[in-house]
Amino acid sequence: MILSLGLLLILALAAAGFVLGRARLARVIGGGGPRPVSRPIHHGLRVALWSAVPAAAVALAAALVSGPVQVQAARASLPAEIAAQAPLEQSVYVSDVIAQAHGGFASARIRTPAEQSAMTEAAQTVRRIDQGFRWGGLALALIAGFLAGWRAIVSIRPELKARQHVEAWIWLALALCSTVAVLTTVGIIGSLLYESLRFFRSVSPVEFLTGLQWSPQIAIRADQAGQSGAFGAVPLFAGTLLITVIAMVVAAPIGLYAAIYLAEYASRLQRAWIKPMLEILAGVPTVVYGFFAALTVGPALRGFFNGIGAMLAGGPLDALGQHLMQVQNQMALVAGAVMGIMLIPFVSSLSDDILNATPQSLRDGSLALGATRSETVRKVLLPAALPGIAAALLLAVSRAIGETMIVTMAAGLQANLTANPLDTVTTVTVQIVTLLTGDQEFNSPKTLAAFGLGLTLFAVTLALNLIAQRIVKAYREQYD
Amino acid sequence: MTDARQAPSSRALIERSLKRRNAAERRFRLYGVLAICVALGFLALLLGRIIQQGHSAFVAHEMSVSVPLDPSRIDRSYPAGANYDLMAAEQVGALLGISPTDEAALTEVREILSPDVGLQLGEQVRDDPALIGQTITIHAPLGDDADQYLKGEINRETLEAQRVLTDRQLDWIDRLEARGVISSALNTGLFTRGDSTQAELAGLLGAIVGSALMLLVTAAVALPIGLLAAVWLEEFAPKGRLTDFIEVNINNLAAVPSIVYGLLGLAVFINTLGLPRASPLVGGLVLALMALPTVIIATRSSLRAVPPSIREAALALGASKTQAVFGHVVPLAMPGVMTGAIIALAHALGETAPLLMIGMISFVPGVAEGFTSAASTLPTQIFIWENAAERAFHERTAAAIIVLLAFMILMNAAAIFLRRRFERRW
Repeated sequence: MILSLGLLLILALAAAGFVLGRARLARVIGGGGPRPVSRPIHHGLRVALWSAVPAAAVALAAALVSGPVQVQAARASLPAEIAAQAPLEQSVYVSDVIAQAHGGFASARIRTPAEQSAMTEAAQTVRRIDQGFRWGGLALALIAGFLAGWRAIVSIRPELKARQHVEAWIWLALALCSTVAVLTTVGIIGSLLYESLRFFRSVSPVEFLTGLQWSPQIAIRADQAGQSGAFGAVPLFAGTLLITVIAMVVAAPIGLYAAIYLAEYASRLQRAWIKPMLEILAGVPTVVYGFFAALTVGPALRGFFNGIGAMLAGGPLDALGQHLMQVQNQMALVAGAVMGIMLIPFVSSLSDDILNATPQSLRDGSLALGATRSETVRKVLLPAALPGIAAALLLAVSRAIGETMIVTMAAGLQANLTANPLDTVTTVTVQIVTLLTGDQEFNSPKTLAAFGLGLTLFAVTLALNLIAQRIVKAYREQYD
Repeated sequence: MTDARQAPSSRALIERSLKRRNAAERRFRLYGVLAICVALGFLALLLGRIIQQGHSAFVAHEMSVSVPLDPSRIDRSYPAGANYDLMAAEQVGALLGISPTDEAALTEVREILSPDVGLQLGEQVRDDPALIGQTITIHAPLGDDADQYLKGEINRETLEAQRVLTDRQLDWIDRLEARGVISSALNTGLFTRGDSTQAELAGLLGAIVGSALMLLVTAAVALPIGLLAAVWLEEFAPKGRLTDFIEVNINNLAAVPSIVYGLLGLAVFINTLGLPRASPLVGGLVLALMALPTVIIATRSSLRAVPPSIREAALALGASKTQAVFGHVVPLAMPGVMTGAIIALAHALGETAPLLMIGMISFVPGVAEGFTSAASTLPTQIFIWENAAERAFHERTAAAIIVLLAFMILMNAAAIFLRRRFERRW
């Protein structure tokens, strides 16, 4: 309510500034006098901006400061018996007070009557602070907007370059929009680092990166069994690697051959039909691939291997047969193969671009010397395009590592350290999803582990992308 | 003379090697054709399989049953307490010749009805207590297991102990269908109901509304910011270290795994700024950050496609830089910008992983009321239904995928239309 009221008031202030600015210009130039440098609309806009922007800035600042101040107030009112408990309990209490003040959902903790009355009192304080910041912030914002707008009106002269002022504001707004991309990167790195550092306070990074045991299902309450989970992420890295390798074994040859055909052999008409169809494959949401993998490919491959196993069992290859008969739906092969299908259009469209970027003179020279088309491709174009194609494959690997839905739906949850594609493995992304969905407390190492995994994932994919971009850039310059 | 002696043999050599080389050429070409066939074959398999699994969910069996509201069994002061399900089951049982005292049989009859029958009866009595004593007719979906049987998904040949319906339940369903009590009709409930734990009552309305609200937020944030950022980078920014840095940033953001954006949303929007979990607002903001690089890259390329003569003409006539850009260049680039934006939004519509991170994995009945209430979206609904145990949910999951793909195709078609209609070659 106050948000829309505040927005409305600030807009009204701006509109008033616009009208008053124009009126002021008309009065200043009066009947005759020098012709104003800028048009009346720019004078109006200048005043409107000078009143709206400071007002909005003050209101935003009040809104941002309000939350932390409320938390401080709630923390200050901590009853002694809760202050004596673990930091986790303290923060639950604080969030319960805030929830009570704003009518949100509180935790299911049972409170003594004394604690309850303390909480009610604290909630009232918090609510007063909240109201104070809301209305006080709005009032301050309007005053600031009014004063700034007034200064802008008073300074109107015929020779004032109002258009340049307005354009400076626009320039600033545009530049701010471009920094959102930088802010997003900063936000990603900052939040991942911050939460990971909290995680690494309870689990050492060495153990995390080299440990062979992954079982994060630790108890939330201290008195439950199995309190200390194991956070060795090597099985997850191995699982991710296995699925990525399978995916690339599927995607690299198919994608590359498709790209070669499209770039070197296909007629114009074939290109016009095949390229969009491949793009459809790229546009299908990953959750759909996950569904396909879990309910179609998984059961089909399992039936296939179980059938072969049943034939082999009892024969000379009995051990292999027994193993094949126990294959489950969630084998690494299923997730890897479907991910490979997903990556085909990615590899093919990138490689297609790269092949098209090789100079025609290479092709002509090779053909003129009597080489066939395939010899031209294999002996001339591919070596020339190799860096670009390597970069395309690196980007595909980075995609495969970060892909989440297919593995969440079709790979398993068990952290096995294995290289057998018929076994169940789990990946970094699957574990992030598992750790962060469902009931959780935010401050336990279990949920923080997800940020540790996220940081690793981000670092690896970032490195792959940077290398790939570097290669592509160098490659482009070579032929430009 | 040596030439004349060697000529035939070297010619034969060349011809022999030529044969080999041509065979290699044909093989190589064949590999290319095969690769494309495999890729397109998978596409056909994927789409065909999903249509095969999902098409049956657009038709559902429903049942009409007339229930006399016996005043002696409904407490007028507390009408919600009456056992409407049992009353309906007795009426269906009467059609099948089951005695009202045969409780075991009536329990089995209830299993083939949907709880919706009782809910509808209860609602009608609550709204109009005068109905008590009259007979009212209810149209309701058939229970999901019975529906699956009629669609041929549950087989009579399966051992009785291994299926969800008993032999006599199957007989009853057949008889009810033969008498015209059960009829099949277009499954409008799929589009008019929210999610439910009962498969036959689960619909997509909540997910469609949730996705729409979320895309509104994404569009409202990503399009203006992306457009303005691209205009600054392309037209105003001083070329140098700063813009290079921003550019590297944008290129990298486009390749960051989507789940990392989910972690960002969880840590920043939910835990730091305290925005409500699982809300379209947070989902839309996360997807907007994801879509931003795509929008910026598409906008920049369409700004670059506007010929410099347009800018120069405007500047020559006395326009300022801002006026030339916003009055001439940007409007001319708009079709390309919108095409890129729609494609980015269509991509955002199918994105799932970051939404799971911000809590859109819990069961949300009904339809989201606003941008800050908990909502489900089409892709997360697919994920949730895929995990459900009942067979009927598999059919609905595939149907939800068909709906999602239909929306995406619609958006992409709109983008192609825009490009064909308004794109200008200079």
